[in-house]
Amino acid sequence: MSVSRLQETLDSGKFAVTAEIGPPRSCETERLREMARMLKGSAHAFNLTDNQAANVRMSSIASSVICLQEGLEPVMQMTCRDRNRIAMQSDVIGASALGVRNVLCISGDHQVFGNHPQAKNVYDIDSIQELMVLRNLCQGTNWSGETLPEPPQLYLGAAANPFADPFEFRAARLAKKADAGAQFVQTQCVLDLERFKKFMSLVVEKGLHERVHIIAGVIPLRSHKAALFMRNKVAGMSVPDELVDRLRKASDPKEEGIRSCVEMMNELLSVKGVHGVHITAIAWEDIIPRLVNEAGVRP
Amino acid sequence: MIIAERKPLPEVLGMLDGSNEILVLGCRSCTAICLAGGEKESKAVCEALALHSELKGKGWKVDTSTVERACEKEFLTPLGEFKGTVISMACGVGAQVVQDLCPDARVVPGVNTSNMGAPESVGVFVEKCAGCGDCIIHLTAGICPIARCAKSLLNGPCGGSQSGLCEVSRDTPCVWDQIVRALERQGRLDLLSANIPPKDWRPSRNGGPRRIVNQEASPGTAQKEWRGEQ
Repeated sequence: MSVSRLQETLDSGKFAVTAEIGPPRSCETERLREMARMLKGSAHAFNLTDNQAANVRMSSIASSVICLQEGLEPVMQMTCRDRNRIAMQSDVIGASALGVRNVLCISGDHQVFGNHPQAKNVYDIDSIQELMVLRNLCQGTNWSGETLPEPPQLYLGAAANPFADPFEFRAARLAKKADAGAQFVQTQCVLDLERFKKFMSLVVEKGLHERVHIIAGVIPLRSHKAALFMRNKVAGMSVPDELVDRLRKASDPKEEGIRSCVEMMNELLSVKGVHGVHITAIAWEDIIPRLVNEAGVRP
Repeated sequence: MIIAERKPLPEVLGMLDGSNEILVLGCRSCTAICLAGGEKESKAVCEALALHSELKGKGWKVDTSTVERACEKEFLTPLGEFKGTVISMACGVGAQVVQDLCPDARVVPGVNTSNMGAPESVGVFVEKCAGCGDCIIHLTAGICPIARCAKSLLNGPCGGSQSGLCEVSRDTPCVWDQIVRALERQGRLDLLSANIPPKDWRPSRNGGPRRIVNQEASPGTAQKEWRGEQ
């Protein structure tokens, strides 16, 4: 039985498309609604980030619910940075009560990267333990063992970064996430296809692609400067020189960025074990409809 | 050992308003080893204070003394019933034991107490233990991820680990990278395949201030209630 459209899509063997929406920094509800209306139909589900890069934004719960009201299916991201197990379970029960059905469990960017580096972090549990706690919740008991009369209904996701180190351990860590309850996995943006393929061959070797649905991340880059920024400032990214050069030499770098992103989506479609793509177009969400059209993956 | 570092002198000077008799109290244990609050550092602070007093006409009576271990009251008897200002160059534990023993003194911190760690090389001190009260390093190649991972992760490195370094700071090694490599060397990577469930933080600070009772040395003294459940 599927609890969400994303689950239904993946479980039926179809190629899924998800895309990221960065919630606004304040109460710009109308702007979020407009973005949701603009993106409607471009993906099966939309990730609402949880204070991404540790910068304060509208909560992922509130923005998920606003997207729901606009007819989009949200994937609510929930980090371990800002909540202990009490808040985590409470927020997930609340989100499920409001109609959220997909939750992505992540450890979260460390607060030193954000606009409140002085904050104390929580990390009561890690992302794998978060999966364990939320799976338990969906199965009808909270982490203290109390039975829930009406458990939340959730499709649980995890993140994977094939470009982080130690490389050989990355597939093993994905197995741990599958053991902990992950049903789908969204990966870090793929710019280095060779390394991603190596990762996927380890994943397939372990049979993990049959235990979890793997959605590969992509990102359109506007310029070679954006590519260099990703390489130098974003933790755990691999950006090949060829891509930087390609964007640098292009007469219209933006168009080139779009083209290379579409090419990447098409490449990923044929990688064994990949069940979908996840588009992260940071502060460039309005390009998403064009990307899915040109790649021919529009739901 | 406990790692501390000296507070900047202007900050210490800002704590001394209304003082008359000032004792800079050093400790020959941890803070001496980490070059923050031993005899040498205490004498330096004492001299600086004397000079400041003379230049600014404060009229302070400044002295210094260094004890073997400020965290054990047996070593503090020479303090008697001191009633002036004590600049503690010992760790936060020592400072508080001094305050307990001399309730009429004004104890101010001369150092910032940082962590439980070890000297790595000359003048470099690194955190090793978070004192969580429930040690699990038999699962992690003798390396503590609670103290040494920026996110205290228990199930492997986050996505920010690259080339053996932590995402938080490029001069910090990723402790999970170290754990994975150490277990690999030991042929014990299988230890990581089992997920470690959410930790019980009660033996840590989250059970409130801790009090350990050794029943042999102190028979009949009550333990913290929850300990009985284990």
